[in-house]
Amino acid sequence: MIDPALPAHMRPDRSFQALLLTLQRFWADQGCVILQPYDMEVGAGTFHPATTLRALGPKHWKAAYVQPSRRPKDGRYGENPNRLQHYYQFQVILKPSPENLQELYLKSLEAIGVDLGLHDVRFVEDDWESPTLGAWGLGWECWCDGMEVSQFTYFQQVAGFECAPVAGELTYGLERLAMYVQGVENVYDLNFNGREGDEKITYGDVFLQAEQEYSRHNFEHADTDMLLEQFRMAEAACKKYIAAGDAGEKHLMVLPAYDQCIKASHVFNLLDARGVISVTERQSYILRVRELAKACGAAWLKTDAGGVEAA
Amino acid sequence: MPDLLLELFSEEIPARMQAQAADTLKKMVTDALVERGLLYEGAKAFVTPRRLALVVHGLPGKQADQHEDKKGPRVGAPEAALAGFLKSAGLDSIEQAHVHSDPKKGDFYVAHIHRAGRPTPEVLAEFLPQIIRTFPWPKSMRWGSGSLRWVRPLHSIVCTFGTEGDEPEVVPFEVDGIASSNVTYGHRFMGPQAITVKRLDDWMAKLEAAKVVVDRERRKDIILNDAKDLALARGLELVEDEGLLEEVAGLVEWPVVLMGEFEERFLDIPDEVIRATIRANQKCFVLKDPKTGRLANRFILTSNLLAHDGGKAIVAGNGRVIRARLSDAKFFWDTDRANGLEKNLPKFANITFHEKLGSQQARIERIAALAVKLAPQVGADAALTEQAALLAKADLLTEVVGEFPELQGLMGRYYALGEGVAEEVALACEEHYKPQGPGDRVPTSPVSIAVALADKIDTLAGFWAIDEKPTGSKDPYALRRAALGIIRIILENGVRVRLADVIADATKGIDAPVAAPEGWQADLLSFFADRLKVYLRDNGARFDLVDAVFALEGQDDLFQLVSRMTSLARFLETEDGKNLLAGYRRAVNILRIEEKKDGKAYAGPTNATLLKLAEEEKLASAIEDVKSRVGRAIAAEDFEAAMTALADLRGPVDAFFDAVTVNAPEADLRENRLKLLDEIRSATRTIADFDRIEG
Repeated sequence: MIDPALPAHMRPDRSFQALLLTLQRFWADQGCVILQPYDMEVGAGTFHPATTLRALGPKHWKAAYVQPSRRPKDGRYGENPNRLQHYYQFQVILKPSPENLQELYLKSLEAIGVDLGLHDVRFVEDDWESPTLGAWGLGWECWCDGMEVSQFTYFQQVAGFECAPVAGELTYGLERLAMYVQGVENVYDLNFNGREGDEKITYGDVFLQAEQEYSRHNFEHADTDMLLEQFRMAEAACKKYIAAGDAGEKHLMVLPAYDQCIKASHVFNLLDARGVISVTERQSYILRVRELAKACGAAWLKTDAGGVEAA
Repeated sequence: MPDLLLELFSEEIPARMQAQAADTLKKMVTDALVERGLLYEGAKAFVTPRRLALVVHGLPGKQADQHEDKKGPRVGAPEAALAGFLKSAGLDSIEQAHVHSDPKKGDFYVAHIHRAGRPTPEVLAEFLPQIIRTFPWPKSMRWGSGSLRWVRPLHSIVCTFGTEGDEPEVVPFEVDGIASSNVTYGHRFMGPQAITVKRLDDWMAKLEAAKVVVDRERRKDIILNDAKDLALARGLELVEDEGLLEEVAGLVEWPVVLMGEFEERFLDIPDEVIRATIRANQKCFVLKDPKTGRLANRFILTSNLLAHDGGKAIVAGNGRVIRARLSDAKFFWDTDRANGLEKNLPKFANITFHEKLGSQQARIERIAALAVKLAPQVGADAALTEQAALLAKADLLTEVVGEFPELQGLMGRYYALGEGVAEEVALACEEHYKPQGPGDRVPTSPVSIAVALADKIDTLAGFWAIDEKPTGSKDPYALRRAALGIIRIILENGVRVRLADVIADATKGIDAPVAAPEGWQADLLSFFADRLKVYLRDNGARFDLVDAVFALEGQDDLFQLVSRMTSLARFLETEDGKNLLAGYRRAVNILRIEEKKDGKAYAGPTNATLLKLAEEEKLASAIEDVKSRVGRAIAAEDFEAAMTALADLRGPVDAFFDAVTVNAPEADLRENRLKLLDEIRSATRTIADFDRIEG
């Protein structure tokens, strides 16, 4: 249930930002570290090192954060009411996955105003796989009255390594959820700040221009020669840092190397949106990013946070 | 007699895995019971999204006792042998053994071992954990810090054993920290509290009260009947969909069927697109208006909740998603029509069909060339056939097909018709994919037949040329289906083509960069023979005759081959046919033995002056006569007449064997008679290779 003590503008069913704050608050109460977005362009919240890398190794970990996610190909020049090339994911990662993870998830829905006595919430099979991260897991897409509002995954492998213990990952599509609880049909009509009248700021006020500009960029103008070069540079840098940080039993520089892996992945997505990658090449690019991810995963397991015994 | 109740309660099991899992659980547990001497009266498995359960009725309370007489060493055997015997028989001292006397071997020890049957619960507790640990889910996972694998996290296990009326006992075991008990849980939202259960009826009744219908078939019935009732109340008809029903029944524990609607303006979209949209994305049923025969602007959803508001919010929410999806679909449909099919064609140059077989464009051009070549043979107009072949794949690049690949072909037809293309051409856009499987319709319009054959033959020839043939259960390019499709199109339409020639034509267009395997065309032809055999066998025909006919040179006209085979099969059923086959075998056996003995083959013609006996002469002239009659009949494709002619050989053959000794002492007579036997063989060769006939 929505906290009745909340002022109107802080109600998750009235304001996009309040939805986000409510989820942060909810997962903070469950003992999660509330992180801020990773300061790089990523295709999904999973790329944040707090998920990808922390899912590996024996150490327990609980975190939640919002992650702006970029899918250059999904841009629609601001003309489609549901599709965006930049949107928000709310990401929760709990390692080991607790016994009551489904119940916690359902409680979080209640906290943002989904009445489970009125709405049909379902867990529908949807196995997750990230070819670029060499990761996969089993789980569901979570439906609310037939709409997919979250992704729920038990990580089995990341960067080619078995996850033990297993992390449970929840990814909320914030715009979709907000549209649902606000009862809005067009994402740009979402009330962003929960105010009314002159003070009201909509999602469109904040992001419409960006969607238009980035769509032009992603599909028409992104400099492909530069991007191809950037891909090669990021790939080379990642390998270089992996080699430089390798101190035998331990690894001393995995995070900077992983940044380059993220960069390569995003550049690949941009190149893909520009349509300059053929079907056959596509596979080889994916494999190249995966090799970077695997190297980073292997290096992570040789760090303190990755659980290597302190020497 | 006591019953076993086992329930494995977990997080949501994928719908597509449920039915199989129920069958597997039943088989694994009942097999294990029987293996341990525990026979039962009946068993039934249940499955819902959150539980997999099994009831086994009429089990004995314990295993039967077992007796065994274990033979030991002779009396007075060395100490070591005695000690070994005591140990293996589980005896403390030799006094516990009995002494048996044998007149030959003397006295020896025998231990009477009695093994008391163990109580059934004890046996269950031993093997059930193993079944749970090794359960063969198509995909399984670990969770938390454990190492157990299950389809999704397993939460609790009910396992009780007992007789009706009595309080059943819990069969005690533990799997990865989950202890068996008699406690389960009801519906996730409508009955989440713990429930203590006893036996099947109690379990079912309490779960029903906690809003769980455990029987999958019953959930399906409820959904189907409620959906039909809702439709009927609106004067509409449910568009039944067994696959969807199966899936939906696996997504709910308590089905609540509701009806929603969408704007009428979406009905501009073709019915198939609406249905695909609503089915694939929302797992909802669509409804037909019997007055128009078209879809109505309503849908049926199956929720898992009896909502406080009677389902208003659920219907509204689903409706909203369906509207958004249909908006997308309408946008795609409008965009595709505005673009036109032709506009897509140049794009195929940049799309790889297969890395070793070039672009889609190259493939389309190959298909077109082959289809045009086939056109006169199937009575199709060459210009229309070429147009159809060039257009047939264009819908692959439309938005609608991008979204719903299963609508390929159909959309091509819609778009082509909308563009005013000739009807045969539009039809071929859809039909050239047919038949998709054994149950699918075969195209009958000539243009469709030409393009369908060309499409499939190009696929087969291409993959054969790059040595990507199907092996075992692996057939990623569905080549078996393509070959079967060709066979059905030819046979059902009476198409007359020489496959070897068509394959040769197809070869011309293929520019495979790798060296094609030697003789792949012949190999492909024999693949057709194999597929034809499978097809005929499935249709109850004699497939050994395929070999018998195929063994002749140049039998690649499938229609003719099957006609010949059918006549032959009928002939072999007759008295004449059976006797002729027997005579043939006798002749060939003798020939084989003598040829081996002499180290040389005997082949006609015979020397007329050496035909001493009347029966010899008669046979020789009968063979002459039959050969020429069969030859004429076959040239006229009158296989019945050919068989009638062949039947006339029977009398002379029988008479020959009755009266003539083949292995005559005179060498020249013997040789001439052996040659005569070979003449029998060659006469039958005009029809089939009788060596390959079985039975």
